[in-house]
Amino acid sequence: MDNRTRVLYVALLVAGLAAPAVVYPIFLMKALCFALFASAFNLLVGFTGLLSFGHAMFLGTAGYICGHAVKVMGFPTEAGILAGVAVSALLGYLVGSLAIRRQGIYFAMITLAFSQMLYFIYLQAPFTGGEDGLQSIPRGKFLGLVNLEDDIAMYYFTFAIVLFGFWTIYRTVHSPFGQVLKAIRENEARALSLGYDVDKYKLLAFVLSAALSGLAGATKALVFKFETLTDVHWHMSGEVVLMTLLGGMGTILGPTVGAFIVVTLQNYLSALEGWVNVITGVIFIICVLAFRRGVVGEIAAFLKKA
Amino acid sequence: MAGDIILETRGLTKEFKGFVAVNKVDLKVRRGTIHALIGPNGAGKTTFFNLLTKFLPPTAGQILYDGEDITTEKPAQTARRGIIRSFQISAVFPHLTLLENVRIGLQRSMGNSFHFWKSEAVLGTLDAKAMALLESVDLGAFARTVTVELPYGRKRALEIATTLAMEPELMLLDEPTAGMGHEDVDRVKALIRKVSAGRTILMVEHNMSVVSGISDTITVLQRGAVLAEGPYAEVSKDPGVMEAYMGTAH
Ligand SMILES: Nc1ncnc2c1ncn2[C@@H]1O[C@H](COP(=O)(O)OP(=O)(O)OP(=O)(O)O)[C@@H](O)[C@H]1O
Ligand SMILES: [Mg+2]
Repeated sequence: MDNRTRVLYVALLVAGLAAPAVVYPIFLMKALCFALFASAFNLLVGFTGLLSFGHAMFLGTAGYICGHAVKVMGFPTEAGILAGVAVSALLGYLVGSLAIRRQGIYFAMITLAFSQMLYFIYLQAPFTGGEDGLQSIPRGKFLGLVNLEDDIAMYYFTFAIVLFGFWTIYRTVHSPFGQVLKAIRENEARALSLGYDVDKYKLLAFVLSAALSGLAGATKALVFKFETLTDVHWHMSGEVVLMTLLGGMGTILGPTVGAFIVVTLQNYLSALEGWVNVITGVIFIICVLAFRRGVVGEIAAFLKKA
Repeated sequence: MAGDIILETRGLTKEFKGFVAVNKVDLKVRRGTIHALIGPNGAGKTTFFNLLTKFLPPTAGQILYDGEDITTEKPAQTARRGIIRSFQISAVFPHLTLLENVRIGLQRSMGNSFHFWKSEAVLGTLDAKAMALLESVDLGAFARTVTVELPYGRKRALEIATTLAMEPELMLLDEPTAGMGHEDVDRVKALIRKVSAGRTILMVEHNMSVVSGISDTITVLQRGAVLAEGPYAEVSKDPGVMEAYMGTAH
């Protein structure tokens, strides 16, 4: 990490700590959860080269599991989140084991098929509340002490979780394992011929990505105090692709920037209802055509030249 | 175990939907030699390599390495035995630096390739060895260059350095000088001779000056089957080979 990057990270950290003084905390928490979700997704698409089109299943599953665990089973908040993450990781292992044997569009189709299947299961299953969703999930207390029903307390709790998630992703990308992932993304056949069981590396990346998506989903369920089918719908799987491409695939900060842009747009344009989708769609097309590397990717390329 | 024959194929055959690309090939590669595989375009040379390295399953036949049947192994397993291939088109990791490219070859034996919680700084212990390998192919000066920026001939040299990092017993080189200018060809030829010390090389090569200059044995493949085999002097006089090479021979 060079000095300029370090300064940027510190500035972002300070901004994150100060933000709830200026911006509505629920909005911030929503954006942070999506930033983590998109970053987890990017670990797979940007750093491993696998495009999943069913990532909503990990977000939503963890949301339901966490919500159910704290509301119905009386789990403490932290345990509820862990349960959500664990189930999403397990689901990632199952889906990943079947999907990674396929390449490109077939991989995307298999992930989509699984997420659609889960969507219908969640629509029918009694514990999800079907169309109504899982309502009034209690946020509980952090370590049994700090009451998270307070939005500011919940904000810092969320901020810490998301930071932990980012750190895990950063570590993974810049680890011996991350180095092998890059090699696989760059030239899979060559990595194989050098003795790497590429499928095992892809599977671990898939499970990590699923677990971190689950972390985002479980946290998000607590933030909003409800979990609905929206989080497992294929629209959500598409949205995370959009956020990642918009911000910059394969960059560390890109997905976060993309998530903030999309969430902000949805927030300000919500009065326009259905048109939000049209507008985000148009923005998406413009971005893909004009800045192929995404916002962060273009800025990085510009700074490199300068 | 350390017999004279390092690699042997028995009746190795590959069919693609009725088309026989490799036809009952019996090949023996002697340990410590440079063995060239030549033949016209489409003769099945690359397919044969794909069979040896398990990138494709054979339709019939056996592959023996050090006398052991490895026909049904997985590609990564075979690679870990020390059979390392290169590809007909250059096979580097383009957006990694040269040093990182070679380190990928060295890293696996370190046993930390699944450690996602560690900093990549731990790979620094491989730098000295990686540098030495880069020096051995005259690329030391480019260690920190991103590989895409390298000219083609140098990429092929980098590939050899990465392959050497695996300490292969048997190197399979698919057209290591294809698409190169004269100077690069000579450099790679010298390099192959140099790295052949203490190991076995099986290479596909179209450039006859390379083949005649450094190989101990030549096998000529035509339409998937072995047409002739022997040292250059013998094979080049074979009437069948001369006919097959009409127009393409130098
Ligand atoms: N996956 C495949 N499916 C169908 N046919 C294939 C496949 N791979 C190779 N072939 C065919 O098998 C034959 C042998 O191809 P191969 O690539 O092994 O030739 P080669 O000797 O390496 O030729 P070149 O000198 O051009 O590299 C060709 O006719 C090719 O079209
Ligand atoms: Mg070939």
